[in-house]
Amino acid sequence: MTSVKSILIKFQSIIALMLLCVVLTIMSDKFLTVENSWNIMRQISINVCISVGMTMVILTRGIDLSVGSVLAFSGAVTAGLLKYGLSWPMANVHIGFTVLGALLIGLFVGGALGAFNGWMITRFRVPAFVATLAMLTIARGGTMLWTGGFPITGLGKSFGFIGTGWFLGIPMPVWITAIIVAAAVLVTKKTVFGRHIYAVGGNESAARLSGINIEKIKIWVYLIAGALAAVGGIILTSRLDSAQPNAGLSYELDSIAAVVIGGTSLSGGRGSILGTVQGALIIGVLNSGLVLLNVSPFWQQIVKGTVILLAVILDRINHPNEN
Amino acid sequence: MKQQPKILLQTKNISKTFGRVVALNDINLDVHQGKVNVLVGENGAGKSTLMKILSGVYSNFEGNLLYRGKEVKFKNPKDAMQSGVAIIHQELNLIPYLNISENIFLGRELLDRFGFLNTKLMDEKTSALLKRLDCNLDPKTLVSSLRVGEQQLVEIAKALLEKAKLVIMDEPTSAISEAEVSSLFKIIKSLKEDKVTILYISHKLDELFEIADRFLALRDGHLVGSLEHVHEVNKDELIKLMVGRDVKEHPKTLVKKGKEVLRIENFSLAKTNNRSTNYFIKNIHFSLKQGEVLGLFGLMGAGRTELLESIFGLHPKRVSGSVFIENKKVTIKSVMDAIDYGLALVPEDRKENGLVLQMGIDKNTSMARIDSVVKYGLLNATLEGQLSRNYIDKLQIKTPSEKVLTKNLSGGNQQKVVLAKWLATSPKILFLDEPTRGIDVKAKNEIYNLIQTLARQGLGVVVVSSELPEIMSISDRILVLGQGRITGEFSKENAHEEDILKAAIQ
Repeated sequence: MTSVKSILIKFQSIIALMLLCVVLTIMSDKFLTVENSWNIMRQISINVCISVGMTMVILTRGIDLSVGSVLAFSGAVTAGLLKYGLSWPMANVHIGFTVLGALLIGLFVGGALGAFNGWMITRFRVPAFVATLAMLTIARGGTMLWTGGFPITGLGKSFGFIGTGWFLGIPMPVWITAIIVAAAVLVTKKTVFGRHIYAVGGNESAARLSGINIEKIKIWVYLIAGALAAVGGIILTSRLDSAQPNAGLSYELDSIAAVVIGGTSLSGGRGSILGTVQGALIIGVLNSGLVLLNVSPFWQQIVKGTVILLAVILDRINHPNEN
Repeated sequence: MKQQPKILLQTKNISKTFGRVVALNDINLDVHQGKVNVLVGENGAGKSTLMKILSGVYSNFEGNLLYRGKEVKFKNPKDAMQSGVAIIHQELNLIPYLNISENIFLGRELLDRFGFLNTKLMDEKTSALLKRLDCNLDPKTLVSSLRVGEQQLVEIAKALLEKAKLVIMDEPTSAISEAEVSSLFKIIKSLKEDKVTILYISHKLDELFEIADRFLALRDGHLVGSLEHVHEVNKDELIKLMVGRDVKEHPKTLVKKGKEVLRIENFSLAKTNNRSTNYFIKNIHFSLKQGEVLGLFGLMGAGRTELLESIFGLHPKRVSGSVFIENKKVTIKSVMDAIDYGLALVPEDRKENGLVLQMGIDKNTSMARIDSVVKYGLLNATLEGQLSRNYIDKLQIKTPSEKVLTKNLSGGNQQKVVLAKWLATSPKILFLDEPTRGIDVKAKNEIYNLIQTLARQGLGVVVVSSELPEIMSISDRILVLGQGRITGEFSKENAHEEDILKAAIQ
C-alpha cells in the first residue's frame, strides 16, 4: 500500500502529464500529431533552457527573477553584433562578427550578468530576490539602450538555422535543449559541484562547516542561470529572425512555474532537473491543448495559475514537515 | 513564633520524560508567596523543563500542579498568563521593529470607539508601567534600539500589565551588564513589595545572595534541597548541593600520550572586525598531545564554542594569535584550510550545523571529503556506499541502509553520522562541541567509548561540555573557560567538581 503511494508520489508529474495527453487526444484530433508534438517541443525548449538554470538556483535556496531580461539583452547583443558589428567612429575602428563570435559574446554577456547577480548576493548579502529584481530592470534597460527600442531584424540564414533548422529529423532548439538537459542532469547528480548545490540549499550552515565554499557555488549557479538565459535568447532571436526589445517579458514566471510544478522545493535542497522538464512539458502541453480547444487566452492564464497552486498543494501534502 | 509561609504554587510528584531520558523525577516543591524563590542547578539539571511546566509550555507531564490551593492544568503559556503566571525567557520574545507600547499590547490591543487602535491610551498605560519599573523610556521607542537589559524591562512590564502574581525569570542576568543587573535587582525588590512572587532561575551563584529569600536546588532531575535560611548558607554549600553526587566513573584505560599535535598561543577573538575593541575570547594558550582528551568546561556564554570555531577557521577576520600544528605554525583562513591541516569539528547543534537532513547517511558521510568518492571526475555511488557502510559498521549506526535520510534517524544516530563525516576526513585533531547533548544514555556511552578508541589511535581530542560529570570522566585534563579567558586548569587527578565550578563562576 505504502509502496503504491510512494510510486504515485514519485511519478506524479509524469502521471499528470500522461492523463493530460490522453484527455487532449480524446478532445481534439489535432493534438496527437507529429507536427503538433514538434511544435510543443520547440515552444517549450526556451523555457526548459531557462528553467534548468532556475532549478539550480532554486536548489541553493535562491531565486533568479532576471532571466527574462538577461535573455532579451543577450539575444539583442548577439543580433546587434552580427548585423552591425562594433564600431568606434572616433578611432575609425570597425569590427565585424561571425555567427560563432556573436554567439559566444552573447553567451558571455548572459553569464557575466548572472555572475554579477551571484556576486551581489554573496559579497554584499543582497537577498537574491532583490539582487535579481534589480538585474531584471537593469538588463531590460540595457536592451532598450542597445536596440534603441526597435527590433534588430534580418540576421541571415546561417544564424536562423539555430532556431528553425532541423538536424536528423529533429528541430535544432530541441537538440540544444536536450544536450543542456543531459549535461545538467549529469552535473547535478554526478559531480561534486552538483552535490554541493544540494548541500548548500539543504543546510547552508552544515555545508559551510563541511568546508564547502558557499560563495563560489552560488556565484557559479547564477552564472549558469545567466548563460542558459542567453542560450534561450539566442534561440528565440534566431527563430524570430529578430531581437525584440521586449523579448522574454515575464519568462521568469513561466520558468519558476515549471520548476515548482516539477517538484523542486522553494526552500532549497530538494528537486531535480528532470522534474523541471516535466513541469515545463505540462505547461507546454496545457498551453497547446487549450489553444487547440479554442479556449480564450484569458482562461488559459487562469488554468495555468490553478495548475501551479495544485502542484504546490500536492507538494505540501507530500512533504508536510518542511517550512 | 514564625508564621507559616503562604504557598502560591505547589508541585506534587511532577515527572517528565523525553523518550527514555528522565528530565524531572518526582518533584515536590513549593513556591512561597511574596518571596523571591531562587532555583539553582547545573546545566541539564532540569531547571528549564520545570519552568516550562509551570508556565504552560509543556502541558503533558505526570503529577499535579496546585496554584493558590487549587489543582490547575495550564494548556499553554497564554492560559498560564491569564491565571497570573508570567515567564520571562532567556531569549526575549519581542518584535524588534515594533515600539515598546506596541510590543506590550501585542495580542491585547486597546481600541477606540471606532474600532481603530487607541495608540494614545496604550502609550499612556505603557508609560505608567515603565514608571513603576523606574524607567523613563519613551513608549514609542523601537525595541530594536533597546539594550538587552531594557528589553527585559519591557518583558517585565508586559507581565505587570497582565497583573501577574508569579513572575518566572529564566537566567535573566546571562546577557546584561553589571549596572543592568543591579537595576534589575532593584526592580525585583520593588515587585516583591507589590506582593508579586518571583521564581528566579540562575546558576550565577554570587549575585543570588543579594535577592534570594530561599533556595531550591535541582540536580539530575531531583529536588535535592530547599534552604529557607539564606543567611546561614554560603556559596560553597550551595555548590556542594548542586553537584554533590556520586560521580560515576566511565571505564577509562590510560592512553599513552604522544607528541604535541596542537598548540594555541595568545589566541583572541574580537567581537567585531576591528581588533582593538572588545573580545569574545582573549589570550588563550593551550596545547594538546596525541592521544589526549582535553575537556573544555565553562558556563553558557563563556566562549567555548567560539574558541573551537575560531581555531577551525570560521572567523578568520576577527582572530589574532598563533596556531601550531605538529609544531609548525599555520594560518587557518577557512574551513577548507582546517580540514587540510587535519582538524575536524563536530558542532554543538547537529540539526542546524551538522547535517543536511534531507540527504541520506551516505551523502552526509562523504560531504567533508567528497574527493575521496570521485572517480573519473564523477561521483561514484559504489565508493560512496562503501565509505558510509564502513562507518555505519564502525560506529554502530542503527539503520536499514546507508540511503536512509538523516532526518529519520534518532538523535544519537544523527550524532554518529556527523562523527562519521569527520572521521572520514582522517583528522589528527578532533573538536567535539557538546557531543552528547540531547541523546539517550546508551548512545552517550557509545560516544564516550568511541572517544577513548580514537584517543588510543593517536587523535588529539578536545571536548566541550557543560555537564561536569561527563567532562570529568572522559578528560585527561580539564581547562575551564570563564568570560572568554582560561580561569582554571586541572589534571585528571586533582579535578574536583567544586573547584571546577568555582573556576567557571569566578
